[in-house]
Amino acid sequence: MTGHTVISVRNLMKKFGSFVANDNLNFEVYQGEIFGFLGANGAGKTTAVRILTGLSEPTSGEVIVAGFNAKKQPEQVKRNIGYMCQKFSLYEDLTMKENITLYGGIYGLKKRLIRERTDLLLDRLNFREYADRLISALPLGLRQKLAFSVALLHDPKIVFLDEPTGGVDPITRRQFWELIYEAAGRGITVFVTTHYMDEAEYCDRISIMSEGKIVAIDTPANLKQQYHARSVEEVFVKIARPGNN
Amino acid sequence: MLKTIEASGIGKSFGATQALKDISFSVNESEIFGFIGPDGAGKTTLFRIIVSLLLQDEGEMSVLGFDGRKEFREIRRNVGYMPGRFSLYHDLTVEENLNFYATVFGTTVRENHHLIADIYSHIEPFKKRLAGRLSGGMKQKLALCCALIHKPRLIILDEPTTGVDAVSRSEFWEMLRKLRPYSITILVSTPYMDEAMKCDRVALIQEGHLLTINQPEKIREEFSRRLFSIKASEKYRLIGALRNHPDTLSAYPFGDSVHVTFRKDAFDNTIYDYLNGKGISDVVIEETKAGIEDRFLELMEK
Amino acid sequence: MKRFFGFVKKEFLHIFRDPRTLVILFGIPAAQILLFGFVVSMDVKDAGVAILDLSRDETTQKISDKICSSGFFKKTQDLLTYDDIERVLRKNRTKAVFVFENDFGNRLISEGKANLIIIADGSEPNTTTLITNYATAIIADFNRELAGTAATQNLLVQSEVRMFYNPSLEGHFMFIPGIITLIMVLICALMTSITITREKEVGTMEVLLVSPLKPVQIILGKVAPYFLLSFIDIVVILILSFLVFDLPVKGSLLLLLAECMLYILMSLSLGILISIVSKTMQQAIFASFIGLMLPTILLSGFIFPIENMPVGYDWFSALLPPRYFIVIIKNIMIKGTGFLYVWKETLILIIFTLVFLGVGIKKFKIRLQ
Repeated sequence: MTGHTVISVRNLMKKFGSFVANDNLNFEVYQGEIFGFLGANGAGKTTAVRILTGLSEPTSGEVIVAGFNAKKQPEQVKRNIGYMCQKFSLYEDLTMKENITLYGGIYGLKKRLIRERTDLLLDRLNFREYADRLISALPLGLRQKLAFSVALLHDPKIVFLDEPTGGVDPITRRQFWELIYEAAGRGITVFVTTHYMDEAEYCDRISIMSEGKIVAIDTPANLKQQYHARSVEEVFVKIARPGNN
Repeated sequence: MLKTIEASGIGKSFGATQALKDISFSVNESEIFGFIGPDGAGKTTLFRIIVSLLLQDEGEMSVLGFDGRKEFREIRRNVGYMPGRFSLYHDLTVEENLNFYATVFGTTVRENHHLIADIYSHIEPFKKRLAGRLSGGMKQKLALCCALIHKPRLIILDEPTTGVDAVSRSEFWEMLRKLRPYSITILVSTPYMDEAMKCDRVALIQEGHLLTINQPEKIREEFSRRLFSIKASEKYRLIGALRNHPDTLSAYPFGDSVHVTFRKDAFDNTIYDYLNGKGISDVVIEETKAGIEDRFLELMEK
Repeated sequence: MKRFFGFVKKEFLHIFRDPRTLVILFGIPAAQILLFGFVVSMDVKDAGVAILDLSRDETTQKISDKICSSGFFKKTQDLLTYDDIERVLRKNRTKAVFVFENDFGNRLISEGKANLIIIADGSEPNTTTLITNYATAIIADFNRELAGTAATQNLLVQSEVRMFYNPSLEGHFMFIPGIITLIMVLICALMTSITITREKEVGTMEVLLVSPLKPVQIILGKVAPYFLLSFIDIVVILILSFLVFDLPVKGSLLLLLAECMLYILMSLSLGILISIVSKTMQQAIFASFIGLMLPTILLSGFIFPIENMPVGYDWFSALLPPRYFIVIIKNIMIKGTGFLYVWKETLILIIFTLVFLGVGIKKFKIRLQ
């Protein structure tokens, strides 16, 4: 599937002292794709995601995200992407509505727009009754769904999700992925890292990192064929060795 | 035969939240028994009651023949416990952690080395490294060694594979199976449904209730309907279309296909036309055997 | 700009929804002003004085009455001989002794002057200076009265001030023992206060509980290394004080070290108790460092004399262990007294230690709830 390239990574290197966390990464992500970023712990996934989201600088190489150079224009990158990290990007002692309003403000949306989007969000997710409850009082699944929607509040072209469904029950997980599908259907590119191998199958394409390098990048179907595997998990076990650091 | 754990009617609340409701089960000697369920299901609370760190509000629990209320010291002496966050001392080395736990339990590393030899071989090259600097998979292995080092009769592992990559996870289960000859009863909790297949018996738990307890194969067989796996080119639209079809009872995405049950436990070929009409092509429908997760979803729906 | 205000609004919400922040912002300053405003005073009131009247005549009686009714002084004892002076100054209630020479009244009339010697306890230089100032002021006032009457116009009571202990009135002598007391209690309590809470926060406490270890073993096991290290610490401090500030140890070094060990043990036990009771390290640090610091500085007699404090406060001060150690350390180092003079304070410290350890062991939760 080739469409407009929204993320372009060329010869990305990231070193911490003598340790090479990202070793000459090269890949592209296309608009409207659901791109799964897999790899063992310590393989370098988190490092790469931090560079892509403008939170960290590459040692060398060129990284273009949403049309901006991640090293030279990190602020523009941040303004044009959404980010949902694993450890709850929502404030526990604020209510649902307050969180949405806060992030709307941070993303620079006008008051009227925030109100409109808040209503849209609450209705679409069926969250009306929870609108004025503190986040700390809500179950995990709800929080995850809200965090995802908040990451999309300012209509970014790309949204980065870092292990968004950790520990969530199977039904809520699937509902979450339906939100992802919906977003991708609207043309938003979804870049997601996950430990659930079956979720890798939901992606249009996946890449697998091992010890700082990308060892595979293709559609799940092609990879399974290539490695004679019945599942992405099998592929993973065959080619990804967990990092020893 | 005396059961390693016997629990009946266990209930536990924290303020207004009921964490466990009427939990009854038993664990046999030398079994690998798994508690499978998502976050918030009550797994950690239950495990803490088993090791006597919490007292139940209702019900009786006997561990290795001892009662958690009065005989907690005996339980704590004979159990190897690995709580959720790999509680190791980050500023001690691998060796130092292991020696500490051996000493605290009145034994030495040498005495029971054979028990952990296999597992330890994975981390031995790093034995002088501070535990805080180990990767998730290594920490998990070290924590397991520390729990086993005093040759307990029962080990209780609370989500030992959470947050760890797939390769380390399968290695971990291999290590557990290799403990069989030592007659250690193993109690594990995990949110990963596929790991259920690696246990002798499994309890599915959700929101403080036990959904079912059985051997994993039997749980699969308990699936009440025929299950069909449907593949097509447009995954997302496929799910929506199937859900809107009048014959469909349930439709859940499962990897590269959708698992569907029908009201009449059968489908007719009109479904192909229906799907094609929605712009979905390359439709392939196969009957398939239900997995643990399918059964879990079915039980959750009830 | 809108981003900025949105962010500020969020911060306000956080603050108002967290009771602790509100307590820090409003509760603590108010409480401290009220508490300490009363305490911080450098005045002398009711300072204990003893009178050695070798003459016992009308004049000495008049002067004595004047001294005792001034409000600054309170008579503790009437002494009989010179030997009594040292004895009474060693006990800490008497801060100064007024010595009227032999035949005071007659000498005043026949020779035109008589000597009154003020012997002060130099181990608290600030208070001593005040005391001697007041005393000399009272005498000067008496002299003015004398000058006012034709009959006694040319008569003068001469007063002379002498320091017992610390003749040069070195400030160090007061401050350094006090500083040692303050530092040791804060550091020791702080160290042990985080150790148990840290295990609770990190999660290793769970594993320790599910083991054959008993609470007593865990607690004493945590105190032991800190005890050893703190003792080395205090020895180093004493050596430094001696070398740099010439601080003497007039009394028994062995007794001093033994008392130091007791004090350290008490402080570590207090820290352990805080650690057991606190849920987070933040709480523990707050309680042991910030919570302990101000009361110790202000109420333990370190800077402001206990005698000056209003009634409620000296009761509160009695609950502070450092107050007793200051007495002990000053007595041994500066006054050179032996155990007999500090046994009461020692016993109190022992009781504190046992209480802290005992309550700590009792409150140590063997379960998570």
